Amino acid sequence: MLVVRNLAVSFTQYEVGLKQRQLTVITQLDLEADAGEVVAVVGASGSGKSLLAHALLGILPPNAQVSGELVFKGQHLDPARIESLRGREIALIPQSVSYLDPLQRVGPQVQRAAQLSGAKPPAAKILQQQAFARYDLKARVGRLFPFQVSGGMARRVLLATATVGQAELIVADEPTPGLHPTVVVETLKHLRELADEGKAVILITHDIEAALQIADRVAVFYAGTTVEVAAAKDFDDPEGTNLRHPYTKALWQALPQNKFRPLAGTQPPPDNLPSGCLFADRCPLVIPECEAGRPILRSVRAGLVRCIRA
Amino acid sequence: MLKATDLSFRYAKDKPWVWRGVSLSVEPGEVVGLSGPSGLGKTTLAKILAGYLSYYTGQVTYDDKPLPKNGYCPVQLIFQHPELAVNPRWRISQVLYEGHTPDESLLKALGVSSGWLSRWPQELSGGELQRVAVARALGPQTRYLIADEMTTMLDANTQALIWQAVLGHAQRHNLGVLVVSHDAPLLKRLCQRVISLEAVMQ
Amino acid sequence: MSTLLNQSPAPTSTPIQHRKIAGFLSNRRGRTLLIIGLCLLFFASVIVSSNLMGNNGLGTDLNTRHTAPTLAHPFGTDWLGRDMFARTVRGLSLSLFVGLTAAAISAVLGVILGTLSATFGGVVDTAITWLIDVFMSLPHLVLLILIAFVVGGGVQGVIISVAVTHWPGLARIMRAEVLQLKSTDYVLLSARLGHSPWWIARHHMLPHLFPQFLVGLILLFPHAILHEAAITFIGVGLNPTTPAIGIILAESTRYLSAGYWWLGVLPGLTLLIAVKAFDILGQNVRSLLDPKTSHE
Repeated sequence: MLVVRNLAVSFTQYEVGLKQRQLTVITQLDLEADAGEVVAVVGASGSGKSLLAHALLGILPPNAQVSGELVFKGQHLDPARIESLRGREIALIPQSVSYLDPLQRVGPQVQRAAQLSGAKPPAAKILQQQAFARYDLKARVGRLFPFQVSGGMARRVLLATATVGQAELIVADEPTPGLHPTVVVETLKHLRELADEGKAVILITHDIEAALQIADRVAVFYAGTTVEVAAAKDFDDPEGTNLRHPYTKALWQALPQNKFRPLAGTQPPPDNLPSGCLFADRCPLVIPECEAGRPILRSVRAGLVRCIRA
Repeated sequence: MLKATDLSFRYAKDKPWVWRGVSLSVEPGEVVGLSGPSGLGKTTLAKILAGYLSYYTGQVTYDDKPLPKNGYCPVQLIFQHPELAVNPRWRISQVLYEGHTPDESLLKALGVSSGWLSRWPQELSGGELQRVAVARALGPQTRYLIADEMTTMLDANTQALIWQAVLGHAQRHNLGVLVVSHDAPLLKRLCQRVISLEAVMQ
Repeated sequence: MSTLLNQSPAPTSTPIQHRKIAGFLSNRRGRTLLIIGLCLLFFASVIVSSNLMGNNGLGTDLNTRHTAPTLAHPFGTDWLGRDMFARTVRGLSLSLFVGLTAAAISAVLGVILGTLSATFGGVVDTAITWLIDVFMSLPHLVLLILIAFVVGGGVQGVIISVAVTHWPGLARIMRAEVLQLKSTDYVLLSARLGHSPWWIARHHMLPHLFPQFLVGLILLFPHAILHEAAITFIGVGLNPTTPAIGIILAESTRYLSAGYWWLGVLPGLTLLIAVKAFDILGQNVRSLLDPKTSHE
């Protein structure tokens, strides 16, 4: 349904006075999401996860430049098309209720989302009621303001807003951190249901554990590149033997229930990226060839990896 | 010893108690977990223990004295969201050196890069900012560290890296650490004992 | 998955070079600075030319009464043959002086009262917010006229009345800003790192408050100028013999119906441009100082 190929996003920033510099925050992102599957996108903060969501919805700030290819249902996505599809066919489940209008009651907001996706007001009202029923929200909740709904309820309101327009691609940006464990389980269950109904779900999170509960495939981002796309079942033993990229292995081994063993260092700064592999300076497997050029994404054991040592 | 005796908290006189009768203590060199689901007031308890809030009943003592009202507080708090805990109009160098000059070995263990110093906070990622915030809190006068969901927003690798650095520092300087988290595997990995807020509150 | 394979490596990014004049206008910050420069140039030229002209053109010349705009008299002349361009420039420069003084006094008052209110809280806060509410609930123009009348009009009266009535807006913004800053994690944390309230005010709060003050000051300017013109127009402001925009406009009403349109329209337009220039100046300074928009 969605193919992201070689996506790059950079920001133009001012230094002192009129001098500008280019920050390349996404260098080479590749991702594919098909109908009926949940693709998890995991990585550290600053790896470009959220910016991918913003690029897909066309809500990047004005000083961003985008290159690469976004293809949705076989058609190239340009800014105008993104705008026309946003809310209708591509919907975002944002991180928090702060994305809702604080001055409008939540019921009308969900109804408005339905209208923006093309439904006439009476139909939108019915769609809103259906969405509320589906996520176990009482009609009374519709009359509350965003600040009056509890954390779990807020999640369901956001889900209702994103799904009321029958969008086919759902992008969930960090929907779980800081939530009560039962709410996390519930939110993840709802996302899985959406995929089972034939929608494509992209779950953006830094929490591998949460992602693995529902994802079919996991894409690992590092410094604005896709370093690996693995099946969820590849994350099985604490060593991560079936994983392909050294960063994925390190990320997996660092979990407290696995080895709790970190990798030193940080992601390279976006205004000073190395010309070779972006992970070379932290990689335990590094060889001189790694620094010669950026590795390409290649197929290894039914997954994808951007590493010449895999 | 950092000791809380019979703490109770409510937002206002006419509001119900959030929790009552909480007592706990942390010894120097000890790593204690405080668990409990969100919404129960873990953050409020963390803030009281670090001297951020004054409207509560009960007592918080540090070596049998109340926490100092002015001057450097020996109990330091690390927040869940580092981007809210740094002044957006300050450069990273100002943030890092606000309390003391962290020594090289600590910065190295946390992976704080010298290239960050001249940057603005919004140019660093959450994980990078949290490393700076941790270095800022680990001054020579800090005796206890309260880590309130310190790594909840971070990826597993950064989480492990920050904790490795913090535990190493705590061991060398005999600091007491209170780990506030809802993440059971993390608490199991880090702590000598875990207190459940649900169990100690009335 | 095959669609993702066989791609060429990413193009390496090329840093943007420091652009020269040709690219200056394509640079958003360059454009903003240019606009700010043009506004400042406009005000400087008004003040300088008013001083250079001295009393030229302000004298009466009954041979050239009621001349429509010509090259010699770009704004025409009035019923005493005085050059309207000279009078407008002189009037505008007086307005700028009055506006600057009034806005500066007002902005300083606003900052002091707003900061005191938020810092001390309690009775001080109650008293100051009450005062703000009182000033904001009274009809603006009526209050202005009243104060100008009580202090006896003239330049001093205009400055006092404008200054005294315009601080509440900025005071309210400052109060909100300080209150918000006081409750931020980084300010609370700074105190736990042992810093004194004075240190925190200087290092944490000032960098946030100064841009607010500067923008507030600039945006008070057009208000001050318009109100100066307004109260002068109705006769409680400046002395009728001083060439002020308000006086010129008041006089022109008697002649407009006789077809002498330039007496009112051109000075009025000039006033409008001056006011708009300050507004643009304020908006642009704000967009530069606000971290949210400064990179656009």
